[in-house]
Amino acid sequence: MSETIESLQRQLEQLVADAEAAAAAAADVAAVEDIRVRYLGKKGLLTEQLKQIGSLAPEERPLVGKWVNEAKDRLTERLRERRADLEARAQEARLERERIDVTLPGRGLGVGGLHPITRALERLEQIFVGMGFAIADGPEIEDDYHNFEALNIPAHHPARAMHDTFYFDARRLLRTHTSPVQVRYMEAHRPPLRIVAPGRVYRNDSDVTHSPMFFQIEGLLVDERVTFADLKGLLTEFLTRFFDRPDLAVRFRPSYFPFVEPGAEVDISCFVCGAQGCRVCKGSGWLEVLGSGMVHPEVFRYVGIDAERYTGFAFGLGVERLAMLRYGVNDLRLFYENDLRFLQQFR
Amino acid sequence: MKLSYEWLREWVPVKLAPRALAERLTLAGVEVGAIAPAGPALEGVVVGRVRRVEAHPRAPRLTVCEVEAGGGKRVRVVCGAPNVAAGIKAPLALPGAQLPDGRRIEAAVIQGVESAGMLCSSTELGLDGDADGLLLLDEAVRTGAPLAKALGFDDVTLELDLTPNRGDCLSVAGVAREVAALTGARLHAPPIRPARVKARRRVAVRIDARQACPRYAGRVIEGLDRHARTPLWMRERLRRAGVRSLHPVVDVTNYVMLELGQPMHAFDLAKLRGSIRVRTAVENETLTLLDGRRVALPSGALLITDDRGPIALAGVMGGEETAVGAETDAVFLESAHFDPMSVARYARAMGIQTDASQRFERGVDPTLPVRALERATALLLEIAGGRAGPITVAGAAPRARPPIVLRAERLAQLLGSAVEPRRAADILKRLGMRVQRHKQGWRVIPPSYRFDIGIEVDLIEEVARVLGYDRIPVTLPAAPARAPELPESRQSVARLRAMLVDRDYQEVITYSFVDPELQQLLDPGSPPERLSNPISADMAVMRTTLWAGLVQALRYNRNRQQNRIRIFEIGRRFLTQPTAREEVMLAGAVAGAAAPEQWGFARREVDFYDAKSDVEAVLALTGCADDVRFVAAAHPALHPGQSAAIHLGGEGVGWIGTLHPALQARLETGNVVLFELRLGALLERRVPAFVEISRFPAVRRDLAVVVPETTEAQAVLDAVREAAGPLLINLQLFDVYRGEGIDSGRKSLALGLTFQDSSRTLREAEVDTLEAQVIEALQTSLGAQLRR
Repeated sequence: MSETIESLQRQLEQLVADAEAAAAAAADVAAVEDIRVRYLGKKGLLTEQLKQIGSLAPEERPLVGKWVNEAKDRLTERLRERRADLEARAQEARLERERIDVTLPGRGLGVGGLHPITRALERLEQIFVGMGFAIADGPEIEDDYHNFEALNIPAHHPARAMHDTFYFDARRLLRTHTSPVQVRYMEAHRPPLRIVAPGRVYRNDSDVTHSPMFFQIEGLLVDERVTFADLKGLLTEFLTRFFDRPDLAVRFRPSYFPFVEPGAEVDISCFVCGAQGCRVCKGSGWLEVLGSGMVHPEVFRYVGIDAERYTGFAFGLGVERLAMLRYGVNDLRLFYENDLRFLQQFR
Repeated sequence: MKLSYEWLREWVPVKLAPRALAERLTLAGVEVGAIAPAGPALEGVVVGRVRRVEAHPRAPRLTVCEVEAGGGKRVRVVCGAPNVAAGIKAPLALPGAQLPDGRRIEAAVIQGVESAGMLCSSTELGLDGDADGLLLLDEAVRTGAPLAKALGFDDVTLELDLTPNRGDCLSVAGVAREVAALTGARLHAPPIRPARVKARRRVAVRIDARQACPRYAGRVIEGLDRHARTPLWMRERLRRAGVRSLHPVVDVTNYVMLELGQPMHAFDLAKLRGSIRVRTAVENETLTLLDGRRVALPSGALLITDDRGPIALAGVMGGEETAVGAETDAVFLESAHFDPMSVARYARAMGIQTDASQRFERGVDPTLPVRALERATALLLEIAGGRAGPITVAGAAPRARPPIVLRAERLAQLLGSAVEPRRAADILKRLGMRVQRHKQGWRVIPPSYRFDIGIEVDLIEEVARVLGYDRIPVTLPAAPARAPELPESRQSVARLRAMLVDRDYQEVITYSFVDPELQQLLDPGSPPERLSNPISADMAVMRTTLWAGLVQALRYNRNRQQNRIRIFEIGRRFLTQPTAREEVMLAGAVAGAAAPEQWGFARREVDFYDAKSDVEAVLALTGCADDVRFVAAAHPALHPGQSAAIHLGGEGVGWIGTLHPALQARLETGNVVLFELRLGALLERRVPAFVEISRFPAVRRDLAVVVPETTEAQAVLDAVREAAGPLLINLQLFDVYRGEGIDSGRKSLALGLTFQDSSRTLREAEVDTLEAQVIEALQTSLGAQLRR
């Protein structure tokens, strides 16, 4: 080997060593790129070395050429590593900079809520619709005929004393129950009928346990061969679903509503105390939840439905009562004070 | 109706304990609402016999008594009662006794004399009665016995919550009949024997109103002992039934009413002039009732009159003028039958309800008058002596009731299960019905006291309730072939509610009747429906806008430190113009901060545009957002510069605006934005129809145009759309700028226009042309300048 070659070899090694030192010292990717250009670019220091090969003896050229290429490869690899390393660190630093406090509250609007009565009503409607009932509707300002007379409550009937009625004049009044919807629906439709009618009703009475306005749902089912046993079955099924309690005990107790006969008050076992007797069930172990009965032949007569051919049952329930039981609300008056601190509990 | 359990047991010796009996009655439709002890516990109070009474050495109105307390024990007590006397038996509270008013009895020295207890009046024992004398006990009670036992306080009272059809149970006899029917126990009615007639005196009776008064019986009883007192046993039974003891004659009539169910009345014979006439009131008649009220008698009201005029409102209350009192020694006893409807009509019209009217309205057994009269006579003679006159009866005996056919098949069909024929017939018989076989079932004649039984289904109910509803099986009615569902073109109300709830609104429910004054302020143009009997003056008219309730709810919560309020309600309003109608509305109110308090958002008060976006979201559910217009318009309740009529498809469907500042101040609401929409307009929705998505690129151009402050954004947008034509697929107004670089009185609107064709790529030159068309149109029609 000639002296020239040896010095070339040393030069090459020195160049690579310098470049590696520079790369190690490079602070960022740009500095690494500068080094690459400086050594490996078209006019880079290593590239220049290749150009000197021409001045060598022909037999020495392949060897030197190989050395230069090896040096270039080595340096290229080093720079790539260094670059990757720097990139990774830069990424890490950036992620660190972008670190946030994930426990700070989220931003934006809140979410409101339904009134508990609506919440209960939507559930009730859903259950009844699932049982094949259509939703019906009627006016809140009613006439005496539909609110009383056609429901077999003629003038001076003692049952009228149970309804503290709001009047506008001798004929028009605020409906005291949703039952007039039954009459209006039967006036307009022929059996088979299966409806529920939710809505506001009004009674002139206001104290701890009475609100002058409240909500009822009326139900009506008329067809051939509808029986009292069907009434029991359907209402038991409904109550079991509404209270989500398959083991709910349901009791039917004779009662009186002029527009049904036989009439029944329906009680459920008190789930507050497990039917042991408590404040909610007034010690009886039972909670009265709805009124019901077989449609009275007089009512059929008023709407012109043949009471011999068709039978049916009707029921009415107080939505506040069910909502109070379901959600444990202990004061009826809360529903219509509209205190947000109350309402927001029913999201 | 309240009655003593022991009294009931005298009539029907049922073995059931009170609670079990109550349960049995309740499950047969005669609801027992409460069971209460018959009297206070009265621990430490015994029956005392007064042995000696001496004057108190220092106090002239007090006495010093030696009282036997049983078991040979004697105590000395100081007493202030005027009726204390040697030999009487009276309640003695010994030291340590606790009286119902909370007083504790201790040995004490009263005016220098030791007193080891207290002799008590009935008031002091928590019983009704005289406060100014000792409670005199019957000779028969054992000295030294605990008083509660001596008075039978181990008894309980049953409180019945009777339904209006069961007037027949408004008596001990009636409940006893029911108990007998339910339990099979035998009925032991006390025998009623006609009194020996020992007096001649008669009062003639004439009935002019046969319809309202089918039958009237009466008799004179004279020679009564003015000093007679009602015996303790009767007073106790009355008290347990919630009736005050007043006078032996009155007590007897009340007792018979409670026992048999026949309301009666006694007139002081000395004050009665001539004969009795039963007639309806004529114009302008008045009567002073027993309770001192002077009432105008509505024409048609049934009256008992004597030769001078009205002396009683039939079946309701007697008159003051002929009332019995301390001086009464002869009476005319009335025991009549009045028609339920008639009594109900005038008693209701006059707003009077009494124990008598309550019974007559529901129906009193028409066969009772004479029996009740004999029963009262016997009791009165026993208590106050006297001589009974002959009974006068006017009117006709009640007619036999027509039979009702009960078909066995119908019974089974309505109940959903067959009832064994013998069982059904047995139930009806036990209820006092006459039952005969009939080819389809039975012919049944109900008893005279069951006013509620007239048709077949009434009998079916009787069988079912006595049988027990729990004995009827449980089946499910056949399900309909098809469950109802909402057509897709209908929006559910639940979806609308959910939209607002998800946009941070809380639903409220407010009263449909509101304060007339508030109503007038918020909607002066709509005359409201007015209640003739409102519950209070501030709930007297039906709302014509839901804002009335919302404003009140807002104020209620603001007064409770709620600063950010977003509420809505869905409910009806009640209009009278042009004709009366009800309309369901969706209304909202927003006040306070635009967003909940949080970091990273500058706090900002909610304004018109926040509420508008909520309204737009609700309207967008119709699928017809492009048909919505907000048109500046004046509303009496809203800020004139911040209110708009909302149009959908060219039709007015509601309002939105800031509450007028004058109303804000007056109603103390603070700044609030209100909206209200007709729900009906929101319930129709467009069923989506697919439009091909363009595969070609869209081109966006932004413009800023300067227009006069008074030019509405809507006009600019409309002009742009019209000029740009169908290739404009989106138009955004993304900035409004006023200030530097813009003349005062003008504003700059920044618009983003997106063009696209569905069948090809638009050329730049085409878009340039469209843009130029838009600019040109804005310049000529709106005087807009392009801002560079």
